[in-house]
Amino acid sequence: MIFKEILVRYGELSTKGRNKKDFISRLRDNVRYSFNDIAPLKIRAERDRMFIEIENKEKFAVLMDRLPNVFGIQSISPVASCEKDLDVMKALAMEILEDYRERGDLTFKVEVHRTDKTFPLDTHELQREMGAALLPNFPNFKVQVKNPDVALRIEVRDDAIYMMAQVIQGAGGMPIGSNGRTLLMLSGGIDSPVAGYLMMKRGVRLDAIHFFSPPYTSDNALQKVKELANELTKFGANIRLHVIPFTELQVAVKDAVPDNMSMTSTRRMMMKVADKVREEIGALGIVTGESLGQVASQTLESLTAINDVTNTPILRPLISADKNDIIKIAKDIGTYETSIQPFEDCCTIFTPSSPKTKPKLEKVLHFESFTEFDDLIERAVKNREVHVFPQKEVKEDKFADLL
Amino acid sequence: MIYLDNSATTKPHEDVLKTFLAVNEQYFANPASIHRAGVESNALLTKAREQLANILHTEEKNILFTSGGTESNNAAIFGLAKSSNFRGKHIITTEIEHPSILEAVKRLEEEGYEIDYLKVNKYGIISLEELKQKLRKDTIIVSIMHVNNEMGAIQPIKEAAQIIHKQCQAMFHVDAIQSFGKLPVLFEGDEGPDVISVSGHKIHGLKGSGLLAFRKKPQLKAFIVGGGQEFGLRSGTVPVPQAAALAKAARLAVENMPVHVQNYKKWSAELHHFFEQFDQEVYILSPKDGAPHILSFSVKGLKGEILINALQKRDIIVSTSSACSSKQTKTSHVVEALNIDSRYKNGVLRLSFGTNNTDEDIAAFKKQFSVVMKELKGEITQ
Repeated sequence: MIFKEILVRYGELSTKGRNKKDFISRLRDNVRYSFNDIAPLKIRAERDRMFIEIENKEKFAVLMDRLPNVFGIQSISPVASCEKDLDVMKALAMEILEDYRERGDLTFKVEVHRTDKTFPLDTHELQREMGAALLPNFPNFKVQVKNPDVALRIEVRDDAIYMMAQVIQGAGGMPIGSNGRTLLMLSGGIDSPVAGYLMMKRGVRLDAIHFFSPPYTSDNALQKVKELANELTKFGANIRLHVIPFTELQVAVKDAVPDNMSMTSTRRMMMKVADKVREEIGALGIVTGESLGQVASQTLESLTAINDVTNTPILRPLISADKNDIIKIAKDIGTYETSIQPFEDCCTIFTPSSPKTKPKLEKVLHFESFTEFDDLIERAVKNREVHVFPQKEVKEDKFADLL
Repeated sequence: MIYLDNSATTKPHEDVLKTFLAVNEQYFANPASIHRAGVESNALLTKAREQLANILHTEEKNILFTSGGTESNNAAIFGLAKSSNFRGKHIITTEIEHPSILEAVKRLEEEGYEIDYLKVNKYGIISLEELKQKLRKDTIIVSIMHVNNEMGAIQPIKEAAQIIHKQCQAMFHVDAIQSFGKLPVLFEGDEGPDVISVSGHKIHGLKGSGLLAFRKKPQLKAFIVGGGQEFGLRSGTVPVPQAAALAKAARLAVENMPVHVQNYKKWSAELHHFFEQFDQEVYILSPKDGAPHILSFSVKGLKGEILINALQKRDIIVSTSSACSSKQTKTSHVVEALNIDSRYKNGVLRLSFGTNNTDEDIAAFKKQFSVVMKELKGEITQ
């Protein structure tokens, strides 16, 4: 195992003036949190980059696998180290570059960063010495100083020599938690997890809310939502899922409002419930997966009627996204396969055959006015179940004896 | 009864039977049903699949449950042949494969596929040079068994895999039915096989259960059609109890492998030494560095059946070289392929060890074998 540490380059936060310190410690905490399973981690956070010490092969593999998922990281590089001896350095450089031997013609340079000023060779001499040793061994390399495909970076620090070449792209964005908390309306479809993911990428912490209407929706549908919530936690934060018992409200709406407007009304009720929950948990916005024009409830007229119930900012990161682009992200982040499991959710159960695409707010208000919804809303909020993710698989224990 | 025929089948492990019974009682629902009971059995099925995938170093979606070794082998050959015949119709296998491979490729030959058989030396090992020469651009399947069921030869799977993956796009199928649980069996990227067959009842699991595992997403034509179970490749209600029992048996086999293999090696060495004392009278077919749990030998000029009966009278169960073909009177194709002295061809017996065997079993065998030899052959100068 030649690698001694992993270098983490910060994402956008490098540009943020005075808040930088907060961002960096937030990122460090998030990394610690995400890798709780291989704790303790030795992390050294500097102004522009962070180092994670590697103790063994297993930890290294886990870190390399999951660090690219953590928001706030622009890229990572495994760093090898050796003593300050030219021959040893050359041998180590060869080992690091071995991976690039089979990848066709590449441009290449040696970068030297010399903080130990007592090192006998100066920057140029060291570059030349290393280049001269390496190039004959890698016939596919051609020197190019600007934007090379492969840059071997050699740092001559006080204690030892550090070397790296490989750069792995991170998820970018900002560390989760650096931009407050929101409440994500998680239906179980393809869009809402993607909306949640995009918000997390901007450093926002999420709670999720789901409307559960037994017996019209099955345990499978709820299970699917739980899985989705769990999947979102891999981006470096825990998620609370609020499951709202929604049957009573949904039936009341169906009784009070004509079929073609019941969906608008149902959504208004959901928004009211969500807003109450948001208030309780101290979140500052509600996130939805709505995309303009995708279905009847997502026209501007519908959004206006639904939005009318609250002044809370409603964040719709997918509002202008095409379905295909959303699907692509869902596949990339691994929620797609879960989302397409065919279980009814509460949006599809009572869907009228021809919902109004341009519902009139006054009419909706008029029909709603004959029923006292507030108590039902209060009760739904009060009786919600809260689940915290990531959750340890309970089933594992249940089947452990059998398998 | 001293049972030394574990390569024919094994006695199910107590815990495997417990699993089978418990799953039948608690999770009997159809895993494809959407009600709670179905969801539960499906969750168990998924867990079983995951456990097997972990053991073989692949992903859960690459494990197909089958009814056993023969089905796995058939499915691999027919399924792969049909899904890749656009690239060619050339298949390579060895002349000492199990009939579930040999008969399958014969069938394909009738349908216009071209089959090449690799020869083996007297130790039952293929030549990698011959493999190199026989591989072609249009070779679509190479199927080589890991451990031979009749005499325990271990094929150089890793070296073969490297050659195959380097030279062509053929899928490399490995029949690991005899080796699983006795030797490491797993996927190793380009270094190993693409498809592996495993059977439950050879590893103290249940008859009627097996699996076909893939390194990558199975590119295979459905081999049983119907309701689309097993990723659409093998329809039919998935027997969750068998699947769970297989996962259990596989885990036990792999976890306890070091202990048992140590015993098998000890017994094998002991018996090699024992048979060598009979000099010309006994010929040992199994190479010393072969699979530790199989030891085949032959007594000069004696029919195998006679020895089986004589030992059986003394409560010792052994078999002729393979249970599948032992009822037929002709010499087995494996024995033929080894090209051994004709005086030894008809008396091939196979001892195969299992986890239930003990040192005493081996001692008893030696004692009784000596007695039987004396009876059948008169005094033998030892």
